[in-house]
Amino acid sequence: MPAISMKVNGKAVCGAAEGRTLLVEFLRDTLGLTGTHVGCDTSQCGACVVHVNGKAIKSCTALAMACDGAEVTTIEGLAKNGKLHPMQEAFREHHGLQCGFCTPGMIMAAVDIVKRNGKKLDEETIRHELEGNICRCTGYHNIVKAVQAGAEKM
Amino acid sequence: MTETGIGARVKRKEDQRFITGKGRYTDDINLKGQTYAYFVRSPHAHATIKSINTAKAAKMPGVVGIFTSKDVAEDKIGGLICGWMIHSKDGSPMKAGPHPILAQGKVRYVGDHVAVVVAETKDQAKAAAAAVNVSYGVLPHVVDVGKSMTSKVQIHDAAPDNRVFNWSIGDQAATDAAFKTAAHVTKIDLVNNRLIPNAMEPRAAIGSYDTGSDHYTLYTTSQNPHVARLVISAFHGLAPEHKLRVIAPDVGGGFGSKIFIYAEEVVCVWASKRIGGRPIKWTAERTESFQSDAHGRDHVTHAELAMDRSGKILGFRVKTKAAMGAYLSTFASCVPTYLYATLLSGQYAIPSIYAEVDAIYTNTAPVDAYRGAGRPEATYVVERIVETAAREMKLDPAEFRRRNFIRSFPHQTPVIMCYDAGDYEAALNKALELADYKGFPARKAASARNGKLRGIGFSAYIEACGIAPSAAVGSLGAGVGLWESAEVRVNPVGTVEILTGSHSHGQGHETTFAQLVCERLGVDINNVSIVHGDTDKVQFGMGTYGSRSGAVGMTAISKALDKIEAKAKKVAAAVMEASADDVEFKNGTFTVKGTDKKMAFGEVALAAYVAHKFNSAEIEPGLKEGAFHDPSNFVFPAGVHICEVEVDADTGVTEVVNYVAVDDFGTIINPMIVEGQVHGGIAQGIGQALTEGCVYDTESGQLLTGSYMDYCMPRADNVPSFKLGFTMTKCPSNPLGMKGCGEAGAIASPAAVMNAVTDALGVRDLPMPASPQTVWKAMQPMKKAAE
Amino acid sequence: MENFGYHRPAKVADAVKIMKKAKDGKYLSGGMTLLPAIKQGLATPSDVIDLGGIKNAGVSVSAKSVTVKAGTAHGDVAADKGVRKAIPALAVLASSIGDPHVRNRGTIGGSVANNDPAADYPAAVLGLGATVHTSERKIPADKFFTGMFTTALKGNEIVTAVEFPLPAKAGYAKFPNPASRYAMVGVFVAKMKDSAVRVAVTGAGPAVFRIPEMEAALAKDFSAKALAGISVKAKGLNSDMHASAEYRAHLIGVMARRAVAAAK
Repeated sequence: MPAISMKVNGKAVCGAAEGRTLLVEFLRDTLGLTGTHVGCDTSQCGACVVHVNGKAIKSCTALAMACDGAEVTTIEGLAKNGKLHPMQEAFREHHGLQCGFCTPGMIMAAVDIVKRNGKKLDEETIRHELEGNICRCTGYHNIVKAVQAGAEKM
Repeated sequence: MTETGIGARVKRKEDQRFITGKGRYTDDINLKGQTYAYFVRSPHAHATIKSINTAKAAKMPGVVGIFTSKDVAEDKIGGLICGWMIHSKDGSPMKAGPHPILAQGKVRYVGDHVAVVVAETKDQAKAAAAAVNVSYGVLPHVVDVGKSMTSKVQIHDAAPDNRVFNWSIGDQAATDAAFKTAAHVTKIDLVNNRLIPNAMEPRAAIGSYDTGSDHYTLYTTSQNPHVARLVISAFHGLAPEHKLRVIAPDVGGGFGSKIFIYAEEVVCVWASKRIGGRPIKWTAERTESFQSDAHGRDHVTHAELAMDRSGKILGFRVKTKAAMGAYLSTFASCVPTYLYATLLSGQYAIPSIYAEVDAIYTNTAPVDAYRGAGRPEATYVVERIVETAAREMKLDPAEFRRRNFIRSFPHQTPVIMCYDAGDYEAALNKALELADYKGFPARKAASARNGKLRGIGFSAYIEACGIAPSAAVGSLGAGVGLWESAEVRVNPVGTVEILTGSHSHGQGHETTFAQLVCERLGVDINNVSIVHGDTDKVQFGMGTYGSRSGAVGMTAISKALDKIEAKAKKVAAAVMEASADDVEFKNGTFTVKGTDKKMAFGEVALAAYVAHKFNSAEIEPGLKEGAFHDPSNFVFPAGVHICEVEVDADTGVTEVVNYVAVDDFGTIINPMIVEGQVHGGIAQGIGQALTEGCVYDTESGQLLTGSYMDYCMPRADNVPSFKLGFTMTKCPSNPLGMKGCGEAGAIASPAAVMNAVTDALGVRDLPMPASPQTVWKAMQPMKKAAE
Repeated sequence: MENFGYHRPAKVADAVKIMKKAKDGKYLSGGMTLLPAIKQGLATPSDVIDLGGIKNAGVSVSAKSVTVKAGTAHGDVAADKGVRKAIPALAVLASSIGDPHVRNRGTIGGSVANNDPAADYPAAVLGLGATVHTSERKIPADKFFTGMFTTALKGNEIVTAVEFPLPAKAGYAKFPNPASRYAMVGVFVAKMKDSAVRVAVTGAGPAVFRIPEMEAALAKDFSAKALAGISVKAKGLNSDMHASAEYRAHLIGVMARRAVAAAK
């Protein structure tokens, strides 16, 4: 298997990947970063969202080899020096998670929403922007509140 | 109330690991030497298996083993069971066909498990599974519950007409007599659409056999690991319980679908021995989840409600056909019976009720409990017909309900349940206020000016949860007791570990259970940890479903805490040289009445363990107590939900523009978490009403809604923010006064939404989900009439 | 999923070369359609030729047209100030594709070449009468989309850019499939600078198509009112559990009116 290398959560990593190896498989199976989840096979649920070169993407629908040389941030890399990212804090503060399975993808998506839309987000924008992330537990009510509050503190 | 005690909005202790990606779900676990399983599944809805040829697949790269029903039979591994015996009204026991863990001779739905391939990698297992050659003899099939009994298809030899049972409840003669005196009778035909639970974490299992100790371990996505161990041990006959450990680590949502014992997990743990003890991991692809998770609902119902001239309900008749799917899942039989028809009295004083339920096999995935389990179906029937009756009698739907509310407690309904406490009118009044019911006509007019049709709908639900006295459910056919157990371990330094048989998969037990301990023992919440989900750690438990973890699980903890307190008082008395009767315990401190002597809880704990200051013949050292709690009654959460919708007349798109939920859950431990439970439940109910519906193709028997491309999960923009309110009547049957809150949202909301949509359109009924197309179709006759 | 040879050429010409040699090669751009198809076993290419290594992304706006290079992500088109000014409807359309994560990865080249009947971009390409630039030639929109998942592209040909002429006014209205959020019906209307009107519909048929009757009516009077009385025939339209052909036909009318009303 060919080797690929990338910078994941600020650290240079390398590992073997087949052509078919998905980025999410590389992260979970090769690097052991199991915070990124797989919830579907049609690129809809968003449990696998990570940032590649600063943009949120679905890591279940990207080949690992296509990300050779890329900078990847996963949920494990969001907190810096032991301090939670404001969006992580906001999800806890506003009870934006229950079972926690969709949460890493939600938080990574939320950070991307703020990057693209700024810190002042209204409810409609947030709901629309969360189109690519499915949650079964929260009814989204508290996720929306968390994203709004997290955005302001970013 | 302390900052972290009962009633406090404590932030969740479990969140740290989830928000940092450190949750540990089954698929996150990898064991040394692990192999991967992929299941060969039936592509047909109904077929005989003529032969299975594994020769080609066996030679594929990485294949470790391929197993079929032949191997299962060799090892005498039993089939999947249904743990609740229902008797038909003629007294005969339900007619259940066998449910082997790998199909024997026949497949009965698309996705039925036929064989398993175990290989070094997931991709290798999948590729080899595709090479397993199964020769099928395709049989005619039936997927429609309404047509199954009259079709020529015979799904199980044991069940002629595909009917598992014909069950009834209530007094038929008295109900018929009531109808004869009625001034008005409302009749309605309803379909409760089949749903696919869709916990975001797909089901997964890792089975592992230790050849050295002849011991099995199963990691699985379960809401009740002890029940899984009991069933796998006692019914599948894999190993005695002390030779089988079941671990349910972090579980990514359940909603009922992870209560049941499934073939895949049994196969993984059994087959591990077959391959010399190497662990076998299986993780469902989402498509497999759609095909093989137990589905929910799928009822067809005819109901009739009799009223006197003033709108007072006299009698209620219900006839329901309930789909079971192709096999009886673990608790399938109790869902459309004791969890359904026993709630048909709703919040109303109805003198006579009679209901009959046919449970019917269809060539579809098994149907079992899904959030609410029977109670959403009951609420849908009651609240749709009550709203319809009010409209027909030209009474305000709120007023109609008011006239019929039960007002004194305890109240014995004609359908088993004895409601212990409630104040339904209080909830109605609060909901009317929060929904600004008076302002509705003005809002409707404003919508009309924008080309939108506005409607409002009510749902005054009641549910029974915290199920229930073991002896009572046993007399109704349950195969297990429905108590809960807990153990409180106080460590020498005064920190506390709670071992509970409840299982948290989103409910936040690590926080709420700790709040109870803080309240009772006065310890810091950071000094309390909750241990659950491992049969080697927790002695026994019945798990989490049916909104039972508060009312039953926490009561067990509370009882164990009673014992801790009593024992600690003895220790404190000995140390402080006082009589135990004179020792008082408050805010974490033991004092001796009439003196200034005092000891902190931690000091007493240490004293209990060092055991220097008391006679060990009189007081045992240590501070650890256990308790089992068997409830004396169900608990009865109830409330009123009001939904307001706007329908786009051009497209048929329905938007929920306002949603009010007022619930009575008795004592609330953590309002933040309770609100979250309500939000989630409402969203699932809105999903059922507007977006979700499992569709099997009548012609081919294929699952048409087999992925998120076609099964419409509610997303953030499908639901609004919700307005919540609470009323409170304490539950008298547990010391904390708690009811349950996990399912209420999903129970109440479908009826509220559909009452609103039918109100907006001015139609009697509309099938769920009221998708844009469905609504548009319903509007066509009106448009034609207008033209 | 089935394995395949992975290639990441840096030049278009190299990509074509690799494709010529491959037994059953597939070009990969954003992968938003191809990767799910491979996962589900619907596609089993021997070789995947990733065009991401060809740095071919970006938007340029001239007095006459907006040219979007094939590797440009939907999100970048949606956010591009030049596009938003020159052809706001194109930005609106791009912002309605998939979800934010899909828009961050999916590309115009991939979307156009794939020609999914429910994709959004084909509506803009046909609705504006754009020109598809390929590794070999320039293909006018009216000749590009030939049927369900088929285009005028030859086996090895690669889309390199799409050039959209600037309209006087254009609008896009989409009715998403409730589950997948793909276009169940999407209507792009454009009044060109020569006053010609184009109406292109995606999601409703086997491939994107124009509605001459609506175009004629709008050419006389570019207003939603002008569409009153024009009904689209259901025959030949897609029909599935989410929308019958009749419902789709009805939605085409509604979306066309909304697109006209929104046109800028």
